[in-house]
Amino acid sequence: MTLEPDPVPRLEMRGISKTFPGVKALNDVKLKAWGGEVLALMGENGAGKSTLMKILSGAYQADAGGTLLIDGKPVAITDPIAAKRHGISIIYQELALAPNLTVAENIYLGIEPSRRGQIDRPAMRTGCQAVLNRLGAPFTPDTVVSGMSIAEQQLVEIARALHTNSKILVLDEPTTALSSRETDRLFALVRQLRAEGIALIYISHRMAEVYELADRVSVLRDGSYVGTLTREELSAEALVKMMVGRDLSSFYTKTHDPHGSRGPVLLEVRGITDGGRRVRPCSLRLHQGEVLGIAGLVGSGRTELARLIYGADGKAGGEVILAGNSVAINAPEDALKVGLAYLTEDRKGLGLFLDLSCGTNINLGVIGSDARAGGILDRAAWRRRAARAFESLRIRAASPQVIVGSLSGGNQQKVLLSRWLEIGPKVLILDEPTRGVDIGAKSEIYRIIDELAKRDIGVIVISSELPEIIGVCDRVLVMREGQIAGEVGGPGGAPITQENIMAFGAGMAA
Amino acid sequence: MSDISEDSTAAGPTQPSGGAGLSARQLQVRSIVQALGMLPVLFILAIAFHYLGDERFLTPQNLSIVAQQAAINTVLGAGMTFVILTGGIDLSVGSILAASAMSALIFSLLPGWGMLGIPAALLTGLGFGLINGSLIAFGKLPPFIVTLGSLTAVRGLARLMGNDATIFNPDLPFAFIGNAAITIAPGVRVPVLAVIAIVVILISWYVLRRTVLGIWIYAVGGNPAAARLSGIKVWRILLFVYSVSGMLAGLGGVMSAARLFAANGLQLGQSYELDAIAAVILGGTSFVGGIGSIWGTLIGALIIAVLSNGLTLVGVSDIWQFIVKGLVIIGAVALDRVRLQGSART
Ligand SMILES: Nc1ncnc2c1ncn2[C@@H]1O[C@H](COP(=O)(O)OP(=O)(O)OP(=O)(O)O)[C@@H](O)[C@H]1O
Ligand SMILES: [Mg+2]
Repeated sequence: MTLEPDPVPRLEMRGISKTFPGVKALNDVKLKAWGGEVLALMGENGAGKSTLMKILSGAYQADAGGTLLIDGKPVAITDPIAAKRHGISIIYQELALAPNLTVAENIYLGIEPSRRGQIDRPAMRTGCQAVLNRLGAPFTPDTVVSGMSIAEQQLVEIARALHTNSKILVLDEPTTALSSRETDRLFALVRQLRAEGIALIYISHRMAEVYELADRVSVLRDGSYVGTLTREELSAEALVKMMVGRDLSSFYTKTHDPHGSRGPVLLEVRGITDGGRRVRPCSLRLHQGEVLGIAGLVGSGRTELARLIYGADGKAGGEVILAGNSVAINAPEDALKVGLAYLTEDRKGLGLFLDLSCGTNINLGVIGSDARAGGILDRAAWRRRAARAFESLRIRAASPQVIVGSLSGGNQQKVLLSRWLEIGPKVLILDEPTRGVDIGAKSEIYRIIDELAKRDIGVIVISSELPEIIGVCDRVLVMREGQIAGEVGGPGGAPITQENIMAFGAGMAA
Repeated sequence: MSDISEDSTAAGPTQPSGGAGLSARQLQVRSIVQALGMLPVLFILAIAFHYLGDERFLTPQNLSIVAQQAAINTVLGAGMTFVILTGGIDLSVGSILAASAMSALIFSLLPGWGMLGIPAALLTGLGFGLINGSLIAFGKLPPFIVTLGSLTAVRGLARLMGNDATIFNPDLPFAFIGNAAITIAPGVRVPVLAVIAIVVILISWYVLRRTVLGIWIYAVGGNPAAARLSGIKVWRILLFVYSVSGMLAGLGGVMSAARLFAANGLQLGQSYELDAIAAVILGGTSFVGGIGSIWGTLIGALIIAVLSNGLTLVGVSDIWQFIVKGLVIIGAVALDRVRLQGSART
């Protein structure tokens, strides 16, 4: 890819600042993007990436003094509709679909085609189907969004962006919920759009993706523009240094013993099922101090299996045995009582209380047991736990009193994870624990998982990121179509490799 | 807004580098401003009525009347705040108040046991609240429908309790609740009704901000699905808030019975639920649940009382009072929205 073929960039942002009450999220930031290239935008959690893109899309207004040029001409983007008019589309980090509407209705929301004053449903359906075909989406225009997985919902967002003719397409951490197959498809699509001459801005915390896609990488740190690397200059060390401002010396390495001291079986699940809708009878065993991975394509039933074990959904059959005793789990509170906890993959919808403070979100699972007589809050414990979580996960917020909704995506994830760590469970199921978390914090989370295993806690990690599964897990179950299709790792098992996992996931082995 | 308010000395450690959001101190200031956002409206109204009404509004006697008028609505509004914080609504408080006042009077007529009227009214309110709460928590029925049903049904029961007639008790043993005043400083007398209202507000504040239950109420209102996944027994919280609302309506029943020495199942408490809801909304509590404060409700109830009293004082007819009151409620909330726009989360 030749660089800067055109002297005038498709998009240029200059001197952009953004102040929220009490925090300067962006300070004199600049950015250039050309048509026909992929510009990666990187930076730690809270660096200001999403904020910059929200200014581009008209969701936020920048402070006075900045300039925004499209094809060299200054434009004022006062609201999202103006952005659309200038051909800017954005797929947000946090999905924003109307859950009760169908795919077609969501894609055409606000721009419904009409015929004689009536919504032209056939036209909507055909138009929608065309985009879905282009994406290779596994659902129809009439599918209702609320029943879809996060990955599927994201495809709907992408379809919506592609459907209006975009000149500039922003993808804010689009692969966090996708498994490798969906990711490959997305990448193919990104390349196709690049070839079509669209300017793509791609936000991600994953180095591998940036290597694979980006023509140039711009880096933000603490709300300021640090610099831009071309593809030729790209190296992990250089990038990390730009993002973090220092050398990140220690990446994660496993320190707990994967097999040698494997303890007795801690959790056994026998034939658990929801009646066959999404989970067909599944059985598994988790040992004390073991990190068990669950891999599989999105939609293979991993989350649904975890929710069944946790009691979040009603089960139609099966048994959960904890430390040798059969336990009746009919609701999450039953699971928590016996020391089984579950971190959801959907932090905004099912995890966080966005209007409550970080500290309360962190403490929510333990305020009941911390409380003094009569259910009086123990505020000292509240502060202590919040401070500890802030410290150990390096949560970036002014204080634990800040409402969690104003934090960046990655920092929200850290807050949610802390809630479950504070509970101190015997078995911890982590569903996409590092979604949207930056590299520094990611290795921090891996280290915590490692630490939990050393303390004889059983950890189950559900992840779509294969390197993550391979890096942290001692044994991996692969799910396919609601069933456990195979197992890799463990004593005497096949080695945990990408090929072995993929083979089961795609149904080529077994 | 901070959900655990901190005293300024204990304001949490501020991270020196690249912090986000507001500092604890700023947050504290903002949460106070937010809760008291309607306070200027209250002052402006009071001063305006004072000068429009020949300087008769801001006198000790009149203010004591205003406090009395605000008291019952404040108590109902406190219960309503609990309910609305969970994202629900309680339309039945006016009817429950009527039924409870009937109980209070019926028991007050028992020779020698007249004081039983108070617990009888509270239990009546609690009972109806529990029924509302059970239907909503276990029956999974929408709060609007359930309490709309009890609005009608309980009204009928209240009429039945007095054979559709007014019950009098000129020797009401707890009449002091409605008519006495406590001297707190020379020349400053506070009606017992107002004292009760303040105590209810203080207890509500304590429950909402200092107990686990309070946090759970905010959590259930803010994100019910996440609350369930966090192990909160959502049904318990719902049962609690509707019971509280019912019981406080019962207390309202005691208060109005004590004031009037009488109760009438048909007329008493008619459309009180609307004033209580208006107080909560004026106080800035979100209708969706999860955001709001009890202090706001107090100010909302005071605004409504000031309006009724002031308009009468100024000589506005009953008909126009309705119209003005409605417009002020809409206007004040619209103003609040504009004011908070800058800090609103998008
Ligand atoms: N609506 C808001 N109100 C207050 N502060 C905000 C708001 N939105 C963002 N911020 C703050 O602005 C800063 C930048 O946030 P932003 O979401 O842009 O980070 P990011 O680079 O996208 O991080 P991540 O990788 O975690 O998604 C953060 O400190 C965040 O707390
Ligand atoms: Mg972001």
